[in-house]
Amino acid sequence: MQSLLPLLVGAMVAASVYLMLCRDLIRFIFGLVLASNAVNLLILAAGRADVLSPPLIARGQSVPGQAMANALPQALILTAIVIGFALLAFVFVLFYRAYQELGTVDSEAMRTAESDPDDASAEVDG
Amino acid sequence: MSALPVLAVILPLIFAAIAMLFRPGPRRAHGLALSGAFLHLVLALMLMTRVVNDGIQVVQMGNWPAPFGISLVADSLGAMMVVIAALIGLAAIAYGRHDITADQVDRGFYPLMHILLAAICGAFLTGDLFNLYVWFEVMLMTSFGLLVLGQGRAQLDAGVKYVVINLVATLLFLTALGLVYGMTGTLNMADLHGKLSGAGNGGLRVAVLMLFLAAFGIKAGIFPLYFWLPAAYHTLPPSVAAVFAGLLTKVGVYALMRITTLVFAADAAVAKPVLLGLAVATMISGVLGAAAHRDVRRILSFHIISQVGYMVLGLALLTPLALAGAIFYLVHHIIVKANLFLVGGLMRQAGGSFDLAGLGGLYRRQPLLAALFFIPAFSLAGFPPLSGFWAKMILIRAGLEAGEILAVVATIGVGLLTVYSMTKIWAEGFWKEAEGDGSPKVPLSAWRLAPVAILAVLTVVIGLGAEPVYRLAAGAAEVLLTPELYVTAVLQGGAP
Repeated sequence: MQSLLPLLVGAMVAASVYLMLCRDLIRFIFGLVLASNAVNLLILAAGRADVLSPPLIARGQSVPGQAMANALPQALILTAIVIGFALLAFVFVLFYRAYQELGTVDSEAMRTAESDPDDASAEVDG
Repeated sequence: MSALPVLAVILPLIFAAIAMLFRPGPRRAHGLALSGAFLHLVLALMLMTRVVNDGIQVVQMGNWPAPFGISLVADSLGAMMVVIAALIGLAAIAYGRHDITADQVDRGFYPLMHILLAAICGAFLTGDLFNLYVWFEVMLMTSFGLLVLGQGRAQLDAGVKYVVINLVATLLFLTALGLVYGMTGTLNMADLHGKLSGAGNGGLRVAVLMLFLAAFGIKAGIFPLYFWLPAAYHTLPPSVAAVFAGLLTKVGVYALMRITTLVFAADAAVAKPVLLGLAVATMISGVLGAAAHRDVRRILSFHIISQVGYMVLGLALLTPLALAGAIFYLVHHIIVKANLFLVGGLMRQAGGSFDLAGLGGLYRRQPLLAALFFIPAFSLAGFPPLSGFWAKMILIRAGLEAGEILAVVATIGVGLLTVYSMTKIWAEGFWKEAEGDGSPKVPLSAWRLAPVAILAVLTVVIGLGAEPVYRLAAGAAEVLLTPELYVTAVLQGGAP
């Protein structure tokens, strides 16, 4: 488990970087999903996932009797998942709206906001 | 122990909730938002005086003792930044009265603005790395919302770029955070200061530090990761642009300061050559971009980048004088930059365009506006006795003392080029004869003029009374450079 997780994280990050380098925004989103999951796994791996006893304290005691799993990485990951989910939902809507307005998902063709500085006719208005 | 640091974060959230729940009409919403922003500024000033008189203020959330719970910490730098953030928020909201359309108010402009301000203050005050991450996310979400409020083609296009690069930065931050937690088992910044120096191996620590630098570097707009900024900021309404330009990148700079002086204090020497090179490259590429453009807002956007370079330079040198210079620069820059974007909106109102080719004759038609542009613009360029002159002078002196001649030469050269692009706006927008003269004199709205005038007066006051501001900055720098003060305040003094 402990040696498998880093390898998995590495493979996921590699795949997500490959996807994110693509000009296609759809692929970028999938890269992003993959990357955020890879980071969550990384937190789990870095937070020492190998202790298999649950973080429960026996009745009537105030400290755990033996070594137990660390519950905090899970809490961190949970927060990250919630935030990541909200961001992802927003990104999907934003990309869809951008596709509707600009008619493309090719990031190379999205030049509306950054026209040539010498081209005075293409003034962008807020 | 007092509740002030908590209130500084919660108050804008309360006002956001009120605005969201009752959805008043544009006029009432503005009045409500304005009173909220004013109260926030008062609270921030109270916090600042408390910090100056009694030292670092610490609040432990939920009464959990320090390394286990989340601490809110207000040291001199944090409190100063909160005051400036509240000030810029107030100015932007006042300006928004005649800048934000009823439709945009309906879509939630004021709640978003309040939450953004709360998140910025939260980031300035938190003493916990994961909490900092959460505030960054809140900041991101609200800024995304504000960015696409207009729903124009350009906004959506800019929004995509802004969102994409900032999400990558967020993931880098989260990765670094996970690794830090794995090495030390804590995320409290004060606790990390002690635990990180002996943890893990040196290579891993440096790698994590570089991850942090990349993550915050993207937020701060440092070379070569700044390109999202000029792609997005010029599509915003001026009052939103002022908050973004003044505060958002500066939160990145602030986080860089905390990371290098507190969390990674022991390894900061590794980052010095990197930061120094990046600072110079940031300054130069930003100012060259500004020289190439002819749209007022784009020139200003590129100047944010070159100015961030100055602050990072101060951070890279890491002497007391340099750090004081960087903090002075931060204060000066936020006020001046936000003001320039607001003035840009006024120029558009008076001259009908953001493009220099379409502007002209403003000096004759709007002498007051000319004066209000002149002060922040030439303060930015570093004309004595305005605030920018002192900020640059302190940094140059610190550079000379540290023997970084190359950086000093770059600083001076970039200063000259800044003068060039500011005179470009001045000559084209204000001095040039307007085409087809006889365009009527547009009356400028008082809601827009008042915040601009107040910020301009502040710029002059900081310039003429540089001594007290410098003393504040030097005090904050001293606190940053003696992290023991911060650590003891959080881990011992803050117990309830």
